[in-house]
Amino acid sequence: MKVKLHVWRQKDKSTPGHLVDYDVDGIEPDMSFLEMLDILNESLILKGEDPVAFEYDCREGICGCCSLTVNGIPHGHQKGTTICQLFMRKFSDGEDITIEPFRAKSFPVIRDLIVDRSAFDRIIQAGGFITVGTGMAQDANSILIPKKIADLAMDAAQCIGCGACVAACPNSSAMLFLSAKSSQLNLLPQGKPEKLKRARAMIAQMEKEGFGSCSNHYECEAVCPKEISVQFIAKFNRDYLAASIKEGA
Amino acid sequence: MSLESKIPAGPLEQKWQKHKDNLKPVSPANKRKFKILIVGTGLAGGSAAATLGELGFDVEVFTYHDSARRAHSVAAQGGINAAKNYQNDGDSVWRLFIDTIKGGDYRSREANTYRLAELSSNIIDQATAQGVPFAREYGGYLDNRSFGGALVSRTFYARGQTGQQLLLGVYSALSRQVGAGSVKIHTHKDMLDLVVIDGTARGIVVRDLVNGKIETFIGDAVILATGGYANVFFLSTNALHSNATAIWRAHKKGAYFANPCFTQIHPTCIPASGDHQSKLTLMSESLRNDGRMWVPKNPDEKRPPEQIPNEDRDYFLERMYPSYGNLSPRDIASRAVKRMCDEGKGVGKSRQAVYLDFTDALGRLGKTVIADRYGNLFDMYDRIVDENPYNGPMMIYPAPHYTMGGLWVDYNLMSNIPGLFVLGEANFSDHGANRLGASALMQGLADGYFVIPYTINSYLVKGKPAAIPLDHPEIKKAENDVQNRINKLLSINGNETPTGLHRKLGKIMWDNVGMGRNEQGLKNAINQIQAIRDEFWHNLKVVGNDSYMNPVIEKALRVADFMELGELIARDALERDESCGAHFREEHQTPEGEALRDDEHFAHVAAWEYNQDKEPIRHKEELNFEFVEFATRSYK
Ligand SMILES: Cc1cc2nc3c(=O)[nH]c(=O)nc-3n(C[C@H](O)[C@H](O)[C@H](O)COP(=O)(O)OP(=O)(O)OC[C@H]3O[C@@H](n4cnc5c(N)ncnc54)[C@H](O)[C@@H]3O)c2cc1C
Ligand code: FES
Repeated sequence: MKVKLHVWRQKDKSTPGHLVDYDVDGIEPDMSFLEMLDILNESLILKGEDPVAFEYDCREGICGCCSLTVNGIPHGHQKGTTICQLFMRKFSDGEDITIEPFRAKSFPVIRDLIVDRSAFDRIIQAGGFITVGTGMAQDANSILIPKKIADLAMDAAQCIGCGACVAACPNSSAMLFLSAKSSQLNLLPQGKPEKLKRARAMIAQMEKEGFGSCSNHYECEAVCPKEISVQFIAKFNRDYLAASIKEGA
Repeated sequence: MSLESKIPAGPLEQKWQKHKDNLKPVSPANKRKFKILIVGTGLAGGSAAATLGELGFDVEVFTYHDSARRAHSVAAQGGINAAKNYQNDGDSVWRLFIDTIKGGDYRSREANTYRLAELSSNIIDQATAQGVPFAREYGGYLDNRSFGGALVSRTFYARGQTGQQLLLGVYSALSRQVGAGSVKIHTHKDMLDLVVIDGTARGIVVRDLVNGKIETFIGDAVILATGGYANVFFLSTNALHSNATAIWRAHKKGAYFANPCFTQIHPTCIPASGDHQSKLTLMSESLRNDGRMWVPKNPDEKRPPEQIPNEDRDYFLERMYPSYGNLSPRDIASRAVKRMCDEGKGVGKSRQAVYLDFTDALGRLGKTVIADRYGNLFDMYDRIVDENPYNGPMMIYPAPHYTMGGLWVDYNLMSNIPGLFVLGEANFSDHGANRLGASALMQGLADGYFVIPYTINSYLVKGKPAAIPLDHPEIKKAENDVQNRINKLLSINGNETPTGLHRKLGKIMWDNVGMGRNEQGLKNAINQIQAIRDEFWHNLKVVGNDSYMNPVIEKALRVADFMELGELIARDALERDESCGAHFREEHQTPEGEALRDDEHFAHVAAWEYNQDKEPIRHKEELNFEFVEFATRSYK
C-alpha cells in the first residue's frame, strides 16, 4: 500500500506551523498507523531531515501518550481505539491522510504533533485523589462494594488521560476527563467523604487552565478510546449540585 | 569490595519486624533537611516518592515521560499477587514465599522473598483505600484469579488493566504530595548520569527533552526506579521508550549489575507480523486460567483449528505438566512452546506460533463471563490480528518481557554505592532466575510503599552529607561527559539510524541469548555485539542538533547503552554454566529437556563490576538457604 500524508510540522511552541506533504510507500496492511509513521521517519533521518515528532510509548492503547488527530478525528476513525492500535488495513491504498496534533488552547504544541498536556496533571494534583496516607489502610475486604458499583467505578477509571475528549470538544472542555476521575472516586465508599471538596478543587483548576465548559455536544464520548460515557458528566453535575446544596455552598 | 547482603539474623518470620525495630528513624524535625532524588514514577518510584514526601522528606522526582501516569507500569494487565487467603484455599505468606523461591529456581534470597510475601497483603489494602477498583464478586468481596506457578488463587485484578489502576492509585497519592508541595516533580527529564562524590551517590545529571538543556540535581540520596531492560532485545512487550540508561550509567559509575542474564521470555504474546514490527504485544498470563494451549499432533495438519478434533490435538502443557498444566511458570511454558515449534508443529503462516484456545471456557461460562474477565485483551487481539478470538483460538508465541536481573542491592535496597538505592524492576532482588506472574507489581509497590520508607533511614541516620557546590569538579566532569557523548553521536554522520542498529542488536540477542543459550552461541554473540557496537560508533546517523526536542538523540543514547549491556548479558550467560529458571543453557538439561541446575557451583548471585576498557569483574554473593531445601523444580 501507499498513502499521501499531510503532516503538521511546527518547530516549537512559538513558531507557527504548517502542513507538509509526504508520500509513504511499502506499507503492509498489518502495520499499525504508528509503524507507518516509523517508515516515514526512518527515511527522513536517512535523508538528513528531522523526523516528525509524535508521542507514543506502550503502543497498546493504555499509556495515553499517542495523540494524533487523523483526518480531523482525534485518534482516527476507528471507534474505541487509540491511534497506536489503528492498523493500516483500515485505510485504502493511495488514501490522503491529514495528521495534526490534538488541538486545544490548554494543550500548547511543543513540537510537530506533540502537545503539552500537563494541565491534566495539575487538575489531579488539585484534588483528584483520596486522602489516605501509606500504611493507614484497613483490610481491603472490610468494606464490601457491590460488584455493580465496582464495575461502574472501573468503567470510569479506564481513562488513559490522552486528552482526545478535549481535542474533539468545540469548547475544549475537560469535563469528560474530570468527571471520569471524580465519578470513579465518588462511587466508591472510600471516596465519598471528600466528594464536594474534590469537585470544587478540580473544577477551579480546570477553569484556571483555560478549558471551556461543557455544553452537551458529546463529541468527547464519540472519540474516547476507552468509550467513557458522557453519563459520568451528568452524574458529576448531579452529585456536585446535590452536595453543594446540602453543604450550603 | 565485599558484597554484604545485610540480611538480619534470626527466624525468617521475624527478620523484617526486627530489622524495622532496629532502624532508627530520622527525627521529624530533620526529615525536611534531607533531599531525596527519585528517578522514575512507575509503581516503585511513584510509591516511594509519595510515601517519602508524606513522611516529610524533601523529595524531587524525575521522569522522561510528560506525566507520571505514563510510566510503563501502566501496561501491566493481569494482576497482582497477595497472600490474603480470601479464597480460603490454603494460601499463606509461607506458601507465597515458597512459590516465589521455587518459581525463581532457588536463585533469590530467602529473606527478601519472604519480606515480599509478608508485605503483599498491605498493598491490596493500600490500593483499595486509594480507590483502585479491583474486581469484586457479587457479594462485594474482592475477587481472585490464578497465575502461573501457583496452585492457589491469590491474584487480584482490575479487568485486564491492573497495572493501569495500581499506577493511577500511585499517581493520585503522588499528585496529592505534589499539590501539597512536599514533592517536586520534573517531567521530560532524562537521567543520563549519576554523580558520585567521595564514594557516595550525590546527584544526577539530566537532560531536558524539550530544550536539550543539561542540568545537575544534588541530593543526599538517590533512588533509581527506572524499570527493566527487556528492550535490549529490540522487540519485547515493554513500552518503546523503556530502557537501561539510568542503571547502566550508574553501573559505569561503580554500581554492580547482578544476574544480567536472567531475562524472562513470556510464553503468550502476539507473534510478529513482519519486519516493520516495532513491538510485541502481551496476551496476559491470566488468559491461561481459561485458555488451553495446543498444537496439532500432526505437523502436516492442514485443517483450520475449529475442525481439528480433540484426539488430533496435543494439549502439550497439560500432557507434560499434569498438575500445573496451562498454569506452568513462564520459563517452562515458553520452552515448551519453542519445543513444539522446533518439532515442526507450530501453526500460522510462519509456523512460529501455537494455539491458545478458549472454546471450552466459552462453552462452560458463556461469552459474557469471558468478556468480563478478558474483554479488553480479546479486543486488543482482534484489533492487532484482525481475527476475533471469541470465534477461534488465538495464535501466540513467546517474547522478551521482564528482566529479573538489575542493579545489585542489599536487604535495605541500597546498591554497593552508599546512598544509591534501587527499587522495582531495576533491581535484581526478589525473583531469582524467573519471576512468577503478578509478582512484579507486588514487588514494585512493596519496595516503594513499605520497604524504602524504613530502610532509607539506615543510610540517612549517619547524618546529612556535606553540602556540594554545583561547580564541583565531579559534577562538571559528569556534565561534560554527557555533552561529549551527545556531540560524538551528532558528529558520526553515517548511514544507519539508531532504530536500525537497535533492531540488529536485538536479533543477535534473540538468536543467541534468548530462550536457548549455548557456549558457542554466546561467544559468537559477544563478538557480534562488539562488531555492531563498532558499527554504531562509526556509521550512525543522527540528524539536527541538541537544542530542541530531538527524538533521534534520545534514541541514540539509549541504543548506545543497550549495545554495552547486551555484551554483559551474554557474558553473564556464558559464565553461568548451568541452567536455572529462564536461563537455559542447552548443555545442561535433563533427558526430558528441563533446566538442570548446578547448586554446588552456581547457588550465587553474579554481581558484575564495570572495569573501564577491560573485561568486567564477576563477584559472587553466595545464597544461603537456611529455611528451604534445594529441590528440583517439578510442575508435573
Ligand atoms: C505488557 C506487560 C504486562 C505486565 N503485566 C504484569 C502483571 O500483570 N503483573 C505483574 O506483576 N507484572 C506485570 N508486568 C511487569 C510490571 O509491569 C513491571 O515489572 C513493573 O510495572 C515495573 O515497574 P517499575 O516501577 O519498576 O518501572 P516502570 O513502571 O517501568 O517505570 C520506570 C520509570 O522510570 C522512568 N525512567 C526510566 N529511565 C529514566 C531515565 N533515564 N531518566 C528519567 N526517568 C527514567 C520512566 O519515565 C518511568 O517513570 C508486565 C509488564 C509488561 C511489559
Ligand atoms: S502509545 Fe500508549 S496509548 Fe498509544
